[in-house]
Amino acid sequence: MEWITLTIDGRTVTVPKGTTVLEACRMNDIKIPTLCHDPELTPAGSCRLCVVEIEGMRNLPPSCVTQATQGMVVSTHNKKVREARKTILELLVANHPLDCMTCQKMGDCSLAEYAYEYEVTGSVFQGEKRQLPLDDSNPFILRDPNKCILCGKCVRVCEEIQGKSVLDFSFRGFNTQVGPAFNVPYSESECVFCGSCVAVCPVGALTEKEMKGKGRPWEVEKVQTTCPFCGTGCNFDLNVKDGKVIGVTSNPEAPVNGRHLCVKGRFGIDMVHSPNRITEPLIKKDGEFVPASWDEALDLVASKLGAAKDNYGADAIAILSSARCTNEENFLMQKLARAVIGTNNIDHCART
Amino acid sequence: MKSLLDPCCERCTHTAQTPCKDYVRCLTEGPICHDDEQCKAERQRLLAEIKTEKTSAKKAVLFCTGTGCASSGAHSLIDLMESELKKHGLENTFTTRPTGCHGFCEQGPIVIVEPDQTFYTHVTPEDIPEIVEKDLIQGERVERLLYVDPTSGEHATTYNNTPFYAKQNRIILHNCGHINPERIEEYFAQDGYKGFARAIQEMQPLEVIEEVKKSGLRGRGGAGFPTGLKWSFAQQAEGDKKYVICNADEGDPGAFMDRSVLEGDPHSVIEGMLIGAYAIGADEGYIYCRAEYPLAIKRLEIAIKQAQEVGLLGENILNSGFSFNLHVKAGAGAFVCGEETALMASIEGNRGMPKVRPPFPAQKGLWAKPTNNNNVETWSNVPHILRHGADWYAQYGTEKSKGTKIFALTGKLNNTGLVEVPMGMSLREIIFDIGGGVQNGKKFKAVQIGGPSGGCIPEEMLDLPVDFDTLVQAGAMVGSGGLVIMDEDTCMVDVARFFLNFTQKESCGKCTPCREGTKRMLEILTRITKGEGKEEDLVTLENLAHVVKNTSLCGLGQTAPNPVLATLKYFRHEYEAHIYDKQCPAHACSALLSYSIDADKCKKCGLCARNCPVSCISGDKNTPYQINTEACIKCGTCLDKCKFGAVVRA
Ligand SMILES: Cc1cc2nc3c(=O)[nH]c(=O)nc-3n(C[C@H](O)[C@H](O)[C@H](O)COP(=O)(O)O)c2cc1C
Ligand code: SF4
Ligand code: SF4
Ligand code: SF4
Repeated sequence: MEWITLTIDGRTVTVPKGTTVLEACRMNDIKIPTLCHDPELTPAGSCRLCVVEIEGMRNLPPSCVTQATQGMVVSTHNKKVREARKTILELLVANHPLDCMTCQKMGDCSLAEYAYEYEVTGSVFQGEKRQLPLDDSNPFILRDPNKCILCGKCVRVCEEIQGKSVLDFSFRGFNTQVGPAFNVPYSESECVFCGSCVAVCPVGALTEKEMKGKGRPWEVEKVQTTCPFCGTGCNFDLNVKDGKVIGVTSNPEAPVNGRHLCVKGRFGIDMVHSPNRITEPLIKKDGEFVPASWDEALDLVASKLGAAKDNYGADAIAILSSARCTNEENFLMQKLARAVIGTNNIDHCART
Repeated sequence: MKSLLDPCCERCTHTAQTPCKDYVRCLTEGPICHDDEQCKAERQRLLAEIKTEKTSAKKAVLFCTGTGCASSGAHSLIDLMESELKKHGLENTFTTRPTGCHGFCEQGPIVIVEPDQTFYTHVTPEDIPEIVEKDLIQGERVERLLYVDPTSGEHATTYNNTPFYAKQNRIILHNCGHINPERIEEYFAQDGYKGFARAIQEMQPLEVIEEVKKSGLRGRGGAGFPTGLKWSFAQQAEGDKKYVICNADEGDPGAFMDRSVLEGDPHSVIEGMLIGAYAIGADEGYIYCRAEYPLAIKRLEIAIKQAQEVGLLGENILNSGFSFNLHVKAGAGAFVCGEETALMASIEGNRGMPKVRPPFPAQKGLWAKPTNNNNVETWSNVPHILRHGADWYAQYGTEKSKGTKIFALTGKLNNTGLVEVPMGMSLREIIFDIGGGVQNGKKFKAVQIGGPSGGCIPEEMLDLPVDFDTLVQAGAMVGSGGLVIMDEDTCMVDVARFFLNFTQKESCGKCTPCREGTKRMLEILTRITKGEGKEEDLVTLENLAHVVKNTSLCGLGQTAPNPVLATLKYFRHEYEAHIYDKQCPAHACSALLSYSIDADKCKKCGLCARNCPVSCISGDKNTPYQINTEACIKCGTCLDKCKFGAVVRA
């Protein structure tokens, strides 16, 4: 690998060739604010918050799309740079509803974090604010276009990762918006409700509808788990408050799926607390299901399987498992079939 | 042989399918492949007729059919002329010829009689019989239709005699207004396609690039980037497929030079693109033309079809092995689509939004292939360079800005229109000598150069030579070449507000500083013009302007603050008067005006009251008239009407 050396804020740093200035800073623990940047998506270079000053370059280039070069001299936190960033944040805040107290995203909002860091007052540019209707058209995603900072991450994730291209920019100037084509509600678009757009939104413009009012980021405990809906093995975080699952958020560290999930995994977990769930074994007696203890139930299954094997042989028994089970569960099931019962008649529902 | 395009005899075999390398020369100097005095003479006769030379048996009456003259009825003038000619049995002595624009649109419809160059202005249907009887038959000029110089009051006999044209140097516009843009043979007759023929017959691609570099040509799309250098980037880029693009989106308010070239001389753009494509190694091109220019699109399509028919577009052009196909794409109707990365996105069928660079179009442009984009005027300079050589071209202009530039003169001056002058001419010469100075004897205040991306230049700097670098230093830019002349009645804060209103509406919305910053700048400017400016506004405005300039993604945002910064630099006192004294020094901001009637001067005639559109003036024979300031809409009618100077504006 080829390496290059550059100076950032007076420090000499060495990074692999092909690194952006932003990456070079982050590799060296130099904090740069970003709103539209996402390592998984095509760089847009559009929020302009990551601007830095580079000797010999005109204007303030955005670090996220500027390649680091040998001998480059970068200033990331001088007065000019900080003031430009502060002005950009002031501009965003000037067109943002300041109802953070009731916002689902409070505590996990990038705009709020940077506004705090850069001591934004919100009073520099008093003027018109957008007044756009909410999109409350579907059971999963709540879209508040007034909170949107137009970073375009949702547009890119939907196109580049989900491959649906449901979202894009529309209108121009101050009236610019992001949303489905012809500004139709999500429910009337081609959206498959994978929620990837929600996962990347840095502010409260796209939020999980089910979680609204049920808990703030700092109140919930995140429990990493595997999705029970299919055998792909997606991981995500259960958001647990007071012992109750209130929703699901992506876990970027998830080995199989990263931040991406399907509609069932992300939005279907309310079944955990469904009153219709079977929570104890039931045995049919006189045509009716009657609750039973685990011992009673397991004894009954064991004796019936034993009887079947004794009378007709092990191959008279077949076990059908579920693709919704984890690998480990399916492994145990085939152990039961082969080692305990003694048959190779083991299969599961998704093997067609 | 009826037309220049017809074969002179059966020995000529050129068709698009059987291309011949000498085709272009053959048409005007030919035949080349065989020696025949009769064939030669016949060609020369046709050429003289097309060019309406003095020796030609047939004379021509030229009608401008550019967008301006066409909308004031030029086409019905042609019909009328043709029936008049028939009536007098003159249809074999005179032909009518629809042409492109002359650039002097305010004088339209314009009619020229060739070869005498008699220049008739404001021609109406009623004038046509008189032109026929007096000029065409008796050979006397129709005095009353000649152009009158507003300063000297004299009639200009030929168009070259009008001050508007006399000081110009029309190279790019040479054919505009003289040839019929819908006939390729007229372009051939003016040495058309000879530059391209020279390039593919005598030069290697790299030599063509060297020639363009040596000419000093810089891009006319705004930034003045050296064209030859740009071509070399795309030429060097790896790739078996490359594109060339002509940027004909012309979005600057007031600029219409690209439209005039496309409407008046479309083949010059095609020839330029052919030369560029050959130099770069591209085999396909797009002309991205504003959808609001239907006539330009139509003429381009006709020109492309004709070039295909004679084998100048398509496969194996002139048997050289070089192939080139050209398409026209109608624009998406946004100013930002003129920005080249947005333009390419738009051709690809996406929303026209600029992209970050790198990658540069020369590496990854249209459909991720190496692409070279130039402006209409840039492309149409190229044939001249190849035809006459780089040294010939470089004699025009200044050391670093070569050639001529077309400017669109508008605003409060006597002669508005398109003018082509050598780079380096002073603003004063352009505005006063060619433009005839400010209208109605008013005082000159400033000139806005470069449209919404440019800045204004005050009186004291009028002797600046107009070239790319000088204007940038002065806080403006050549841009597309729009010159808006403003007189003492123009409020400079309002001018800045006007341009900001434009850029804010046209911002694509992608990046924060441009989308949100121009909005807040516009709000501050609007507030100031309404007399609601606050003390801190100037500091806030200036800081914000610098951030928008320094941090925006594309040229739109990076230059949007220029009109504000330039007016703050040269006319700060006007801002201060609005904010601190609540006054508009130019008396243009209606919110800061008040009208009243001086009772001592009022003769009680009541003229003001009768003309007031909102009837807010009262009085009678015995009581002096008075204005109800609450109801007054500050239109100024009373001030104009009062003969006794009794109405006071403050
Ligand atoms: C907002 C914006 C609008 C533009 N509009 C035009 C235009 O209408 N025509 C044009 O030729 N160039 C326009 N440009 C400049 C182009 O991006 C590009 O630089 C130019 O076409 C290059 O051609 P040149 O090298 O021949 O000058 C525009 C640039 C910006 C930023
Ligand atoms: S939920 Fe998925 S498919 Fe629907 S808009 Fe968001 S990213 Fe696209
Ligand atoms: S909805 Fe969220 S992710 Fe999408 S553009 Fe707006 S702020 Fe960015
Ligand atoms: S500067 Fe303006 S027009 Fe250019 S990308 Fe940014 S928002 Fe769009």
